[in-house]
Amino acid sequence: MATTAQPQSDAKSAASLSNEEILRYSRHLIMPEVGMEGQLKLKSAKVLLIGTGGLGAPLGLYLAAAGVGKLGLVDFDVVDFTNLQRQVTFGTSDVGKPKSEAARARLSNLNPDIQIESFETQLTSANALDLLKDFDIIVDGTDNFPTRYLVNDACILLGKPNVYGSIFRFEGQVTVFGMPDGPCYRCLYPEPPPPGLVPSCAEGGVLGVLPGIVGSIQAMETIKLIIGRGDNLTGRLLLFDALGMKFRELKLRKNPNCPMCGTHRTITKLIDYYEFCGVRGEEASAPSLQVPEITPRELKTRLDRGDNLFILDVREPHEFQICNLQGHLIPLGELPRRVHELDSSREIVAHCRSGKRSAEAVDFLRKAGFRKTLNLKGGILAWSDEVDPSVPKY
Amino acid sequence: MPVKVVIPSPLRPYAGKRESAEFQAKTVGEALGHLTTEFAELRKHLFTEDGKLRSFVNVYVNDEDIRYLAKENTPTKDGDTISIVPSIAGGCF
Repeated sequence: MATTAQPQSDAKSAASLSNEEILRYSRHLIMPEVGMEGQLKLKSAKVLLIGTGGLGAPLGLYLAAAGVGKLGLVDFDVVDFTNLQRQVTFGTSDVGKPKSEAARARLSNLNPDIQIESFETQLTSANALDLLKDFDIIVDGTDNFPTRYLVNDACILLGKPNVYGSIFRFEGQVTVFGMPDGPCYRCLYPEPPPPGLVPSCAEGGVLGVLPGIVGSIQAMETIKLIIGRGDNLTGRLLLFDALGMKFRELKLRKNPNCPMCGTHRTITKLIDYYEFCGVRGEEASAPSLQVPEITPRELKTRLDRGDNLFILDVREPHEFQICNLQGHLIPLGELPRRVHELDSSREIVAHCRSGKRSAEAVDFLRKAGFRKTLNLKGGILAWSDEVDPSVPKY
Repeated sequence: MPVKVVIPSPLRPYAGKRESAEFQAKTVGEALGHLTTEFAELRKHLFTEDGKLRSFVNVYVNDEDIRYLAKENTPTKDGDTISIVPSIAGGCF
């Protein structure tokens, strides 16, 4: 006698799966660890992705593929050509489009059965609690400290798990914050670094596939939390070193004195996170460097005139290979040791990619007695914009 | 076998691009002292001007956070690994 796998019911309700869904997720369903029960939990789950960039790409793809019933995508940014090296939800034809919308379209195509809502907005203290409250799990795929602290605090205030992942160049960190009796981001790092002390992806670079790996681990943790299987990373900081291909684990303890999640909470509402991170009203590099400057046009005029200027390039050798102004290359980190290569009687123009490192070089040299040193404002990027567009930008 | 200090990638430019360094040290404080003596540029990234460990840099002995042990007085023995784990965010800052 034929028996049906389950009672016939409305295919749209979260209490059952349609025949099409059963076929789509068959590889989940045949695993005892997931089964119908787990898949139905996924279908009922609502996950909010903060950030649809490097980490958000594998997150969105794998959570959509897994059948998470509702996905929210928060990103106010627009797809940039340089994103395509790692943000694999986007295609070349998406350049210029809002990320949240481009991601929504891609994920909808992957899985039309789930609900995907895009929020083309910046997450702020004014909107965070409202945005997050209707979701079960929040996944932090952001790229800056103020937002990370904001997401953390909002999750703790709302009682929601926060699946955290972060990357730098070829290293990553993953953990789960906000679980009952578990630590939060402030337990791990009570304070952010001052701006300028830790380089960004644009300055330090990143191996494209790294956020692919870290974001996939975040997706895995999210799915495990939904289906209630396995041991999640709460209380454990997973460190990944892509170059050494090593995973390490450190104990992440809940700080009893944490102002957010400790026994005596002192933070009861969202704050100004940009102020907290020291970003408001300050230049990116601290201390602020006021050094004498020369613009690319001024430099070109003086060079054409035959002025005896010494061009000092303080970038790294691999950058010199991309493009250069035929300057004398001394990477910034080596300058103190190689300062004897410079002649203090000559007028020196220091440059780097965007003008930040060279400002530090000029500051250092002036203090070392090189009185005739100038910083090329805007670096080789500005040279390309204003003087010679054949110089590639990177 | 001395104590190994693992240097994270954001700080490697200030440590001659080294991934790790080894020192004879009886405490975490001693090991970090040797580290910042050998790589003076690291000092300001790890310590404030009054010599305190910066709060966005965590230090572990093997897998334990020194804040829950004896902080810089945490004893170390040969073969221990000291990990410096700074706050990272990728992207923008």
